[in-house]
Amino acid sequence: MTQSTGFNILWLQSGGCGGCSLSLLNAESPNLLHTLEGAGINLIWHPMLSEASGSEMIAILQAAIAGQVRLDALCIEGAILRGPKDSGRFHILAGTGRPMLAWVRELAAVAHYTLGIGTGASFGGITAGGGNPTDACGLQYAETERGGALGVDYRSKSGLPVINVAGCPTHPNWITETLMQLALGDFSADNLDEWQRPRGYADHLVHHGCPRNEYYEFKASAEEHSQLGCMMEHLGCLGTQAHADCNTRLWNGEGSCLRGGYACINCTAPGFQEPGHRFQETPKIAGIPIGLPSDMPKAWFVALASLSKAATPRRLRENAHADHIVVPPHARKKGP
Amino acid sequence: MSRTIVGPFNRVEGDLEVQIETRDNRVSNAWVVSPMYRGFEQILHGKDPRDALIYTPRICGICSVSQSVAAADALAHASGIERPDNGELALNLIHACENLADHFTHFYLFFMPDFARDIYRDQPWFDDVVSRFKAVKGRAGADVMEARAGFMHLMGIMAGKWPHTLGIQPGGSTRGIEAQEKVRLLSILAGFRRYLEQQMFGAPLEEVLAIGDRVQLESWLAAGDPNQSDFRRFLQLANDLELHNLGRTDNRFMSYGVYHRQGEPLFRSGVWHQGEISKLDPASITEDISHSWMEGQSEPQHPFHGVTLPDADAKEGYSWCKAPRLDGQVVEVGALARQLIDGQPLVRDLVADSGSNVRNRVIARALEIPRVLVEMEQWVRQLKPKEPFCNDSGLKRESEGYGLTEAARGSLGHWVRIKNGRILNYQIVAPTTWNFSPRDRNGVSGPLEQALLGAPIRDGEKEPVAVQHIVRSFDPCMVCTVH
Repeated sequence: MTQSTGFNILWLQSGGCGGCSLSLLNAESPNLLHTLEGAGINLIWHPMLSEASGSEMIAILQAAIAGQVRLDALCIEGAILRGPKDSGRFHILAGTGRPMLAWVRELAAVAHYTLGIGTGASFGGITAGGGNPTDACGLQYAETERGGALGVDYRSKSGLPVINVAGCPTHPNWITETLMQLALGDFSADNLDEWQRPRGYADHLVHHGCPRNEYYEFKASAEEHSQLGCMMEHLGCLGTQAHADCNTRLWNGEGSCLRGGYACINCTAPGFQEPGHRFQETPKIAGIPIGLPSDMPKAWFVALASLSKAATPRRLRENAHADHIVVPPHARKKGP
Repeated sequence: MSRTIVGPFNRVEGDLEVQIETRDNRVSNAWVVSPMYRGFEQILHGKDPRDALIYTPRICGICSVSQSVAAADALAHASGIERPDNGELALNLIHACENLADHFTHFYLFFMPDFARDIYRDQPWFDDVVSRFKAVKGRAGADVMEARAGFMHLMGIMAGKWPHTLGIQPGGSTRGIEAQEKVRLLSILAGFRRYLEQQMFGAPLEEVLAIGDRVQLESWLAAGDPNQSDFRRFLQLANDLELHNLGRTDNRFMSYGVYHRQGEPLFRSGVWHQGEISKLDPASITEDISHSWMEGQSEPQHPFHGVTLPDADAKEGYSWCKAPRLDGQVVEVGALARQLIDGQPLVRDLVADSGSNVRNRVIARALEIPRVLVEMEQWVRQLKPKEPFCNDSGLKRESEGYGLTEAARGSLGHWVRIKNGRILNYQIVAPTTWNFSPRDRNGVSGPLEQALLGAPIRDGEKEPVAVQHIVRSFDPCMVCTVH
């Protein structure tokens, strides 16, 4: 499978759930295989798709480390498990007797680009939740602290730090578009945001394109699941703060968390798994949500919210608490 | 006698190692190693019980919805929450979509590519199989991904996204479905049916479902062209390679039952042993850690009282996986168990003839796709727009409950105890925990370790292809196994 032309990807799964790979299989128009083929991307090895198993696969890793196969992009999915006691034994790569941590470090040293696929590989993510029993971290971050498995100073051979394709899971196109830009030589440090995420999707907010925007504008809020109103005030929605294009790009054809009727939990951010309160509930002080929309001064939010609440049309007020439209929009020209 | 270490296995979900000893070109002993531990049960301790709905689907990228269903069922059971009819239908549809997509992915992307390996180059069907099923390069790959992604549009409408939805709640689904969405759902199902009829089976689904025994299966195989039917291709090579003699087990089979409607599951729960069916008693489930890298439990424990404390230096340990037992006995789970217990006639006949084996596991999984799809078509029709989908009631602060369901690859259970509104104990026993269990304190191996015994080794093989087929015939999910 080693090829001299094209852009070679090696993909390994570490301490995660495999959900980013499965999400990747949802790629459409064209499908995943045609997308990769069209961009000249070769899968040197992928855990769900490749034929090579066991010693055949270990030989591929060794050839990459020895420089016999050009490793253009190393994609690591899932958190890196450093425990117990820095031994990495919570994940020994099968058939090798060696911790995944050691393999990742060795491969990252020869990779032209290194990508953390998903919030686990980027920051630690879900596996680093609670008391973080496995000492899980991301490739270059342990939550918001820079360092992680590869260290603060790590640079892949291209000179770029780890590219964090964060998301739990990632949208298939966040991965394919980043890889295609890399293969095209069209991706530089300027394309990374403050958490080293590709700006192609991270410069947007989940709030953009949310079909509940009208409810948001008038602070017509849902109080229970399956109601149509805005979920920011009571149900813990972080769409106004979360960096991603979920409501303009859409998932599985026409979905997103908010379109599915549940709150955005900001899964592209470091530390999303420990919000400090229960999920699906908005913490408030004196009735005002603590987490306000990005870039919005608090006094303005309070002033605008009270004004818009006072102006909420009956249609939105009633629909916000219903699980289907009970008051349709009225055509003015038709008269009362 | 030296041990051969086989791994990493790919085209399974997660990382897996198998150690084998061989004698006279046969596997004579086997150990299954789950090489990764993440600690979800430890992470969940002390959290608000509803946070399990965020954490547990992220145990697994391929059984994500099954994990959500088990968590929502456990919370609903703990607090006595009932779902409106629409909520039940919606959850069944979301769950069935994942389970069928998993079966489909397994058949085309995980299992069949092994028959395009060079070791089979002398088989008469080899060139055809390479051209259709070769990993990454075969024609089927791209078509299958498109059909699967199209089918998954059901998730986009009903669950927001897949994997890792939060739309599955103890009281039902967060997403009401309108009349115009009902018809879109029907057209998504029709699209998937078309792929199954034109490519996978090469026949109307009703014709496939009417196959009642081995004799009818053989005549159905003979009546069509394997180049026009991927399932016929599998049956043909299963006959040629005698896959019914590979990976045999003769254990108890268990199913928790799944897809409930008004208290009754579509597929019955129960235990099957040598032709006899008995009632399942969840109280007789225990987990043994005698050969696991675990500590803190001197006796096997029921999950309500079990603990999960890793110990990488545990003396007899060789896997992070615990050994679950039902009434002290080894149990095999999966589509074969599910269909056997439910009484699917062809599966009953196949098992009566040759027990559980590579061929029968794959047939049961394939048959379940049309069996469930025709139900999904009815469930969509039964949705009632403008009636409730979710009963969003609160949870009791002191309670315990369990959720038992069926993932694609078998029985999945969550057990939760809640104190002061916080999780006191949360234990998860996943399908592959049962199937890939290490030895228990009596030294008894789990289903895969038993299935590998006697596997043939061809000349010059270091990592026998037979071992590859047997392992993948269970459709293992390793990230669920240990979690």
